[in-house]
Amino acid sequence: MSVGSSALVTLENAGLEASGKWLVRGVDLTVDRGEIVTLIGPNGSGKSTTAKMALGVMKPTEGSAKRSAQLNIGYVPQRITVDWTLPLNVRRFMSLTRRIPSQSAHEALEMTGVAHLAEAEVRTLSGGEFQRVLLARALARKPDLLVLDEPVQGVDYTGEIALYELISRIRETLNCGILLISHDLHVVMAATNRVICLNGHVCCNGTPDVVVESDEYRRLFGDRAAAAIAIYRHDHDHTHLPDGRVRHADGSITDHCHPDDGHHAHEAVAADGDEGRHA
Amino acid sequence: MLDDFFFRALIAGVGVAIVAAPLGCFVVWRRLAYFGDTLSHAALLGVALAFLLELNITLAVFLVCAGVAVALVLLQRRATLSSDSLLGLLAHAALALGLVALAFMSSVRIDLMGFLFGDILAVSKFDILTIYLGGIGVLIVLAVVWHGLFAATVNPELAEAEGMRPHRSNLIFVLLMATVIAISMKIVGVLLITALLIIPAATARRFASGPEQMAVLAALFGAAAVVGGLFGSLNWDTPSGPSIVVAAVIFFVISLSPLAGLLRPKTERIKGETP
Ligand SMILES: Nc1ncnc2c1ncn2[C@@H]1O[C@H](COP(=O)(O)OP(=O)(O)OP(=O)(O)O)[C@@H](O)[C@H]1O
Ligand SMILES: [Mg+2]
Ligand SMILES: [Zn+2]
Ligand SMILES: [Zn+2]
Ligand SMILES: [Zn+2]
Repeated sequence: MSVGSSALVTLENAGLEASGKWLVRGVDLTVDRGEIVTLIGPNGSGKSTTAKMALGVMKPTEGSAKRSAQLNIGYVPQRITVDWTLPLNVRRFMSLTRRIPSQSAHEALEMTGVAHLAEAEVRTLSGGEFQRVLLARALARKPDLLVLDEPVQGVDYTGEIALYELISRIRETLNCGILLISHDLHVVMAATNRVICLNGHVCCNGTPDVVVESDEYRRLFGDRAAAAIAIYRHDHDHTHLPDGRVRHADGSITDHCHPDDGHHAHEAVAADGDEGRHA
Repeated sequence: MLDDFFFRALIAGVGVAIVAAPLGCFVVWRRLAYFGDTLSHAALLGVALAFLLELNITLAVFLVCAGVAVALVLLQRRATLSSDSLLGLLAHAALALGLVALAFMSSVRIDLMGFLFGDILAVSKFDILTIYLGGIGVLIVLAVVWHGLFAATVNPELAEAEGMRPHRSNLIFVLLMATVIAISMKIVGVLLITALLIIPAATARRFASGPEQMAVLAALFGAAAVVGGLFGSLNWDTPSGPSIVVAAVIFFVISLSPLAGLLRPKTERIKGETP
């Protein structure tokens, strides 16, 4: 993958430890301009934590997180609660971190389909409406890097497809990089360049299969949806056991797992010959 | 006119109310009433210190409050301790310590009631100067940090991710709180400063459709409460602090009545009609 000047954000072997526990460890990740990287993984696998390290909100305890200078970021957090004591309507919320001209704010709200809610109190919005407002707010900043933590949660299925289409259009018009977190383990945005699968560490990564080329999927999802989504096939050389431990292809079971623990084929040629190296 | 003690108290009180109101909004939004109590109770320690070291009282109160505030912010950043009980403990410890320290200084005659509940007779021309200079300083700094502080109030992680400095905003905010406590102590007394901060803001909440609007409305309600309270204090010879708070509470209760509902912003009521 491209190294150097075009990378907006780079995580190298990044890990975060909190109260004696590794939330996520050994993450390598870059997002370049014009690129969409999707993070997937089960609940509690460290997706949001990884995004926060990329954003600079959390400092990695191990490894490094680097962002290019003067990076303009748009962030859609997984969860925001607006206290009822706060009088805050959508219009004011759009300018939360930087004043946005009202024309740009209106355009962004129009793109996500909630322009009619500009005067509504933020805390009275429905889940899906608020999600669209959050996305509009991030877009209106015209960011270099968009970090979207489950941006389509609570959005209905047709809305989800429309937002995916919007996100890939945004990438074209702004030429920004996008770090997208998805809760779906198998279906990702078709425009995704790379998928990183997390579960406390990087389990696998790769590119998704385009659905639109398969007649079977087109029948299943419909033409429009098939063009917007893609299927990701996992390629794991280890299994996560219910108790949180990891069983490797070589049969060894360890408490933690990271790429160079000696049980992974890609770095040790004879993966099956090194049993007992791991305590 | 400044030779009239009552007029001096009015001028000083209105100034204090206008400065306290916008900060009070943040106290309400961030649910920092306990924090405000802790700081204002620590003010009594500042008074004791001022007598001990023969310092200016306002300055000493500011220094003690600022010290406590910064310590609390740094503590909370790493705290695993429940901040509610930590603050409650500190507030009353500071108050008790201050009272004990003042009791030991029997050589100086101290108007303890005045410090606890405010005293309109005690407002000098110099106090008015302090209140207005300090107050204008607070408002200027607040206007500069307002945007960042508000963003940090809504969501600190979002603010930080998008290039703002929520930690710095928080630190500036607590220093502004310390200043307001120092300048308003003579009018309302240490026990009721938090009330002056939060009651006008809570009253304004029902009528405001935006944060900036709420701050302005809170200032108006606060100033009205000061005027009403001081007249009451003069009339019935009651301590000024409690009288002002009673007036503020009366405004708050009126704001809850159905009549006040007619003045509320339209957006909330017509929301259901939007397609
Ligand atoms: N500040 C924290 N202190 C301790 N543990 C934390 C902290 N924040 C998160 N965790 C833990 O870290 C793990 C990863 O959390 P994270 O929010 O990154 O997961 P996620 O992949 O985004 O999950 P989800 O799909 O539910 O959003 C979880 O087990 C969570 O309980
Ligand atoms: Mg998450
Ligand atoms: Zn794994
Ligand atoms: Zn995988
Ligand atoms: Zn492993």
